[in-house]
Amino acid sequence: MELIIEGIIKAIKLLFSLDREVMDITLLSLKVSGIATIISVFIGVSIGTLIALNEFPGKRIIVSLVNTAMGLPPVVVGLFVTIFLWRNGPFGFLGILYTPYAIIIAQSVIATPIVMGITIAAMQQLPKKLRLQILALGATRLQMVWLLIKEARLSLLAAVMAGFGGVISEIGASIMVGGNIKGYTRVLTTATVMETSKGNFDIAISLSIILLLLAYFINLILTHIQQKGHWR
Amino acid sequence: MSVIEAKGISLNRKGHRILNIFNLRIDEGEVVSLIGPNGAGKTSLLMILSCLFRNFSGKILFRGLEVEKDITAFEYRRKISMVFQEPLLFNTTVFENVASGLKFRRFNKRECRRIVYEHLERFGIIHLSTRLARTLSGGEAQRVSLARAFAIRPHIIFLDEPFSSLDKPTKDALMEDLERNIRDLKITAIFATHDRDEALRMSERIIVLNQGEIVQDGSPEEVMNHPCNEFVASFSGMETIISGTVVKNEGGIITISASGVYIDAVGDVAPTRKVILCIKPEDIVLYPVSHKLKSSARNTFTGTITRVVPSGFYQKIYLNCGIPLVAYITNSSAKALEISEGINIMASFKATSVHVIRQ
Amino acid sequence: MKRVNTILTISIALIVLFSVIIPLPSFAQQKNVILATTTSTQDSGLLDVLIPIFEKKTGYFVKTIAVGTGQALAMGRKGEADVLLVHAPEEEEKFVAEGYGIRRRLVMHNDFVIVGPKSDPAKIKGTKSAVQAFKRIAETKSLFISRGDNSGTHAKEKTIWKATGIKCEGEKWYQETGLGMGQTLNVASEKKAYTLTDRGTYLALKKRLDLDILSEGDRLLFNIYHVIEVNPERFPKVNSQGAQAFSDFLVSKEAQNIIKTFGIEKFGSPLFFPDAEKKINQQVR
Repeated sequence: MELIIEGIIKAIKLLFSLDREVMDITLLSLKVSGIATIISVFIGVSIGTLIALNEFPGKRIIVSLVNTAMGLPPVVVGLFVTIFLWRNGPFGFLGILYTPYAIIIAQSVIATPIVMGITIAAMQQLPKKLRLQILALGATRLQMVWLLIKEARLSLLAAVMAGFGGVISEIGASIMVGGNIKGYTRVLTTATVMETSKGNFDIAISLSIILLLLAYFINLILTHIQQKGHWR
Repeated sequence: MSVIEAKGISLNRKGHRILNIFNLRIDEGEVVSLIGPNGAGKTSLLMILSCLFRNFSGKILFRGLEVEKDITAFEYRRKISMVFQEPLLFNTTVFENVASGLKFRRFNKRECRRIVYEHLERFGIIHLSTRLARTLSGGEAQRVSLARAFAIRPHIIFLDEPFSSLDKPTKDALMEDLERNIRDLKITAIFATHDRDEALRMSERIIVLNQGEIVQDGSPEEVMNHPCNEFVASFSGMETIISGTVVKNEGGIITISASGVYIDAVGDVAPTRKVILCIKPEDIVLYPVSHKLKSSARNTFTGTITRVVPSGFYQKIYLNCGIPLVAYITNSSAKALEISEGINIMASFKATSVHVIRQ
Repeated sequence: MKRVNTILTISIALIVLFSVIIPLPSFAQQKNVILATTTSTQDSGLLDVLIPIFEKKTGYFVKTIAVGTGQALAMGRKGEADVLLVHAPEEEEKFVAEGYGIRRRLVMHNDFVIVGPKSDPAKIKGTKSAVQAFKRIAETKSLFISRGDNSGTHAKEKTIWKATGIKCEGEKWYQETGLGMGQTLNVASEKKAYTLTDRGTYLALKKRLDLDILSEGDRLLFNIYHVIEVNPERFPKVNSQGAQAFSDFLVSKEAQNIIKTFGIEKFGSPLFFPDAEKKINQQVR
């Protein structure tokens, strides 16, 4: 008990003194997961919209594949990204294993199906006739797609937050492809695990508090969306 | 000159024929009602005419230009507008909704503002301009939808049962505005509905659609008083529909035998021909059996009331006089005649009130 | 509604801001040296002292991948690391003999100690022989926590068990964590169990642990670290220059002096003993 209280007090001190190492790790996490989220939004929203708006054979199979991939275990992604990025692997020539870029790739792979799945669901929830109405008002195909995305924006924003929440709290892939290198690929989750095993509970606790705050913030937004988002 | 012409339209889905329209021409400035029961193909026809559905065979011509050949479907869609049963507003303000069609066409801001306000005014919703679409009532939302469709000044406007989910007072007020704007702006309009009264009120031409085919196309007067078959008859309000055989044809009056009852009608049909007789309920007059005055009407029968259905100011009376008849009677008359199920009563109607359809 | 939109827009903007404004640490390909090592060197904090000096001096960027010795050797076998700092002599010899590694050099040693609860149910306190101590633990069926992760520590532990001739796997009193040293110590402390640990990690965590050193000083418990460069002839993609530079640095006088004094300030005694000047055989065998 003493340990916990002591740890929390030290953690709060670390947080408020803006400890350099803690801050660096937090900013790197935000940066890496932020970029991964942006990438996954571009890929997920565009392909998700394409899948949702078009009818083609095998659509159901693809949609269920995407939905399955929404729950991809990060360690599995980490393993495959590692294998691909190995020096002697197919993309070894890039030389990006154990760099933040590798984490961004792995996290994008994790977040893209989440964003895509939610995008497909959001697009399919829009009334079917809405598309006809937009076309009947003289929209080009691009204008129609853009308007539909705007109509589904609340769900899409939820998708963004879900994707971001998924990757910022993920550890398996980050530690495998990033290697938890100090000041380079050490992110909130990998640092927490390492500091715990090193016995630096104060740092571990302060990192956890930051993670918890981020998670709380994300959930707050998601709840807001869910409660106020329905309008039709 | 025709604004739109459809030739040899047919639409099949899962082996079922949904539409089969040989030829349909709509002229500049016409307001046409497309009437028919649910599932008759009204919506499908509108979708095809507006080129929102493209998996059909046949041709659509816009001012003599074939769509998807002489002009693209997109170019054509920029000249038309469509209003659906649901308002289908976008999740933004009323102003932005009405402006959406103009924005697609890249109107400049000032022009856009002017046109939007003009149309908000036309549909009496200028006070709603900053409201969010999802906070509107059903009637208000449908007004916004109409303003949005009119703002782009279409050559043709398609209306797919725009009032069917509104209550009567809202519907009446809205219909008045719609009608006025259509006439003001001289827009060609095609108005699908399953409601005979809406069709009569809105249009100068009625097209009756049943099972994907046009069964009658004519003025409201023609369709209402001279239905060309049993289906149109029932749709145009002919409640009494009886089949029979002509037994006599003398001096413009024919006598028809239906289940052993003889009915006189105006017409010229050779004896032994089978015909269908239609009578509007308001043309049938009821008397008490004790009534001694001889009516001038040629057809007078005595029968029993089998059913009384109250409907507002009127009561709908089902009679059995050897043939089934349906009549309307005002509530006060019903009281005076002591109408109730099971009593005997006399019914009469003129020979000119009987509409004869050859089979 | 408006408010939600605002919150959302702000948060999305923040994500974008973080992504764009904060620069990612840059990296130059040629200058990367991948060091595969054991968790004990990282967890003790020694590398955090040594590596910045090396990087400053040479301009190389060292990527420390802290895994178990077994996995570090496996990375070397695939050519995925440039240089290894490990402590499993038998396996290392095999590794070099098979042609995966070159220039295996002695860097330092620390020693393992057997720790356990103060109550010492197996009564091993003061027993010098590690084999004897293990035998007593097995005989009294006292709870023993093993790393079970093929790390150097785990390898050492297995060697000792082998010497006792006792088959402990599958026994109820013998549990494997599959975790790093620090966490394994935490588990042992919580469960009042015995475990084998390197002295460095134990000292670093001592304050928070309810464990005492119960047996130490056996030659068998010495934990010897070697640096091995991955054979560039076998793996052309290996950064052999960087690997050699790092390897040379570890055995240099400068690094050896740092190793000698590391930990005294914080724990009162050094965690590692520099051995580069000694011959391997002089040390333990």
